[in-house]
Amino acid sequence: MKFLVCISNVPDTTTKITFTPDNKELNKAGVQFVINPWDEYALTRAIELKEQLGGSVTVLNVGEADTEPNIRKALAIGADDAIRVNAKPTDAFFVAQQIAAVAKDGGYDVILMGKESIDYNGFQVHGMVGELLGIPTVAPAMKLDMSGNTATLEREIEGGKEIVEVQTPFVVSCQEPMCEPRIPNMRGIMTARTKPLKVVEATGQGAATQVTEYALPPKKQGVKLIDAENAGDLIRLLRNEAKVI
Amino acid sequence: MSVLVVVECDKGEVKKSSLEVASYGAQVAQALGTTATAIAVGEASEASLASLGEQGISKVLYDNEARLKEFVNGAYTKLIAAAAEQEQAQVIVLANSNIGTSVGSRLAVRLQASLATNVVELPRVEGGNFIVKRGAYSGKAFSDVVLLNDRKIIAVKKNSIEALHNAGQTAQVQSFSAQLADTDFADAPKQVIMQEQTGGVPLPEADKVVSGGRGMKGPENWHLIEDLAKALGAATACSKPVSDVDWRPHHEHVGQTGITVSPNLYIACGISGAIQHLAGVNSSKVIVVINKDPEAPFFKAADYGIVGDVFDVLPKLTQAVKELG
Ligand SMILES: Cc1cc2nc3c(=O)[nH]c(=O)nc-3n(C[C@H](O)[C@H](O)[C@H](O)COP(=O)(O)OP(=O)(O)OC[C@H]3O[C@@H](n4cnc5c(N)ncnc54)[C@H](O)[C@@H]3O)c2cc1C
Ligand SMILES: Cc1cc2nc3c(=O)[nH]c(=O)nc-3n(C[C@H](O)[C@H](O)[C@H](O)COP(=O)(O)OP(=O)(O)OC[C@H]3O[C@@H](n4cnc5c(N)ncnc54)[C@H](O)[C@@H]3O)c2cc1C
Repeated sequence: MKFLVCISNVPDTTTKITFTPDNKELNKAGVQFVINPWDEYALTRAIELKEQLGGSVTVLNVGEADTEPNIRKALAIGADDAIRVNAKPTDAFFVAQQIAAVAKDGGYDVILMGKESIDYNGFQVHGMVGELLGIPTVAPAMKLDMSGNTATLEREIEGGKEIVEVQTPFVVSCQEPMCEPRIPNMRGIMTARTKPLKVVEATGQGAATQVTEYALPPKKQGVKLIDAENAGDLIRLLRNEAKVI
Repeated sequence: MSVLVVVECDKGEVKKSSLEVASYGAQVAQALGTTATAIAVGEASEASLASLGEQGISKVLYDNEARLKEFVNGAYTKLIAAAAEQEQAQVIVLANSNIGTSVGSRLAVRLQASLATNVVELPRVEGGNFIVKRGAYSGKAFSDVVLLNDRKIIAVKKNSIEALHNAGQTAQVQSFSAQLADTDFADAPKQVIMQEQTGGVPLPEADKVVSGGRGMKGPENWHLIEDLAKALGAATACSKPVSDVDWRPHHEHVGQTGITVSPNLYIACGISGAIQHLAGVNSSKVIVVINKDPEAPFFKAADYGIVGDVFDVLPKLTQAVKELG
């Protein structure tokens, strides 16, 4: 079984987001970039399934050279090899085309992604890749089990879940509680250095969207404190002042 | 040219988020000088579809095929693409739900459309550019995005648009079929399992949420959260560590790595207000924080606060809601 795991390079979840003075780009000063947390579920589950079924795990990132430390980290966690499509990931459609091209070329059986990137929150690359390849996408999945070429998945829907069965090849976007994401160990870090990381150039068309400006949410007015002794006053304020109940 | 809105239905009713989607689509149609047609998916009743006239929809298409009552990504995509072709839809509006975005991303490729998810405002046209504002950085920021292609698909975030209610208006309901093949049902569910909802309100649809953190001390104390939620007609939620240790189910965990909610009212009980938690809730209209530590960072993001012990404060609040009626 050949697994392809797509990882995105995102600001650490503790990052206080700020932008450049023209509000056109993220202010990267002091920001630490990590593997998108959802993609860690995809990576670990692919490694677990490989251990169970045999095969290989390839990680793929569409990004410039500064993403390589996180690609190496994925190799240290247990992927066998890596591909970086050397391009600025200008939008989801552009990224999806790159992933689809690599997937087609390599004949992968299962293409795993995270539920969404925590920076652009698109929740769309997986659907686009499935459509570009003409194969099913199951998103977001909380469980992925495989037996032969058949996968059984739990797909989350609003208020519940669906049990879905699909045949390879397919795309899956992963979220908790699929597995316990692994962290690299010493041996993994040592071997990662020598694992193959292939750099390829981008193909396909350009982006379908373009960000023109970023903005921070409006600041809160400040908190109105109510004395714990008279907690019931809060309910009256919510009814009469805030008008939300 | 027209606007097509995708309306999700459940148990015969149009979901609240889809009423917002319909209203959004109707307003876009009006600005473009055209009409808005809806395509309904899920289990719908004729009466509820006709009442979409109140949200400004003139016509509703519905395929009554039994297999379409549950979400099937392949079949829904084909159905909606066929409706978009028939109606020559230039703009397609859907909910920013798991269903909406799963279908929207496939449609974007199939129809060569530009897609924006997590959209929080009506679009605007500036210098010939069609621009939408969307949430980014998991609730920490917004971005303006230009949709470059002729066709545009917009997934509207829940509770960011006020639903229209033009009493008395009805939409014309037409049956619609897209010649679906068995292969379109490759991802049809074998089984659908719905969760039990405290207070009967699913968290992603709720407009009031009562949420508990580690300060609640243990699952045995959750009746305090549930009692207040029931009295308010709210859904319950929790912080990540609470679901990590199985005090509460994972689907209740809100935050940057859980669900993002944007209710009118979010009441946080014994939650410190870590940056990852705030990211998931800070687009709530009103935030109330109950915490015994006056220095808890959550107070900085709150509209109302009580510095106090949840075990003392929560029963008082529930009592006050009941008294107010
Ligand atoms: C410098 C820079 C500028 C950018 N400018 C824009 C812009 O102008 N407009 C815009 O829309 N976006 C822009 N992006 C965002 C970038 O293109 C996103 O990676 C892309 O839009 C996909 O994000 P998403 O949130 O849509 O992905 P989602 O659909 O939320 O991601 C789902 C999954 O897809 C996979 N995935 C996502 N991105 C990648 C990737 N790069 N490589 C491999 N796998 C991936 C991951 O598994 C992820 O969990 C920019 C990014 C950078 C770094
Ligand atoms: C990669 C990553 C992703 C994360 N994603 C998320 C996420 O999506 N969502 C999320 O919630 N967290 C997330 N976290 C965890 C986050 O950093 C915090 O650890 C977490 O939100 C803290 O949960 P808490 O507020 O319930 O607990 P604590 O931080 O332990 O806070 C408990 C609070 O309860 C108060 N308290 C205690 N007793 C009482 C009492 N009797 N009465 C009143 N108040 C009381 C305390 O003063 C304290 O403020 C993430 C962390 C990481 C590293």
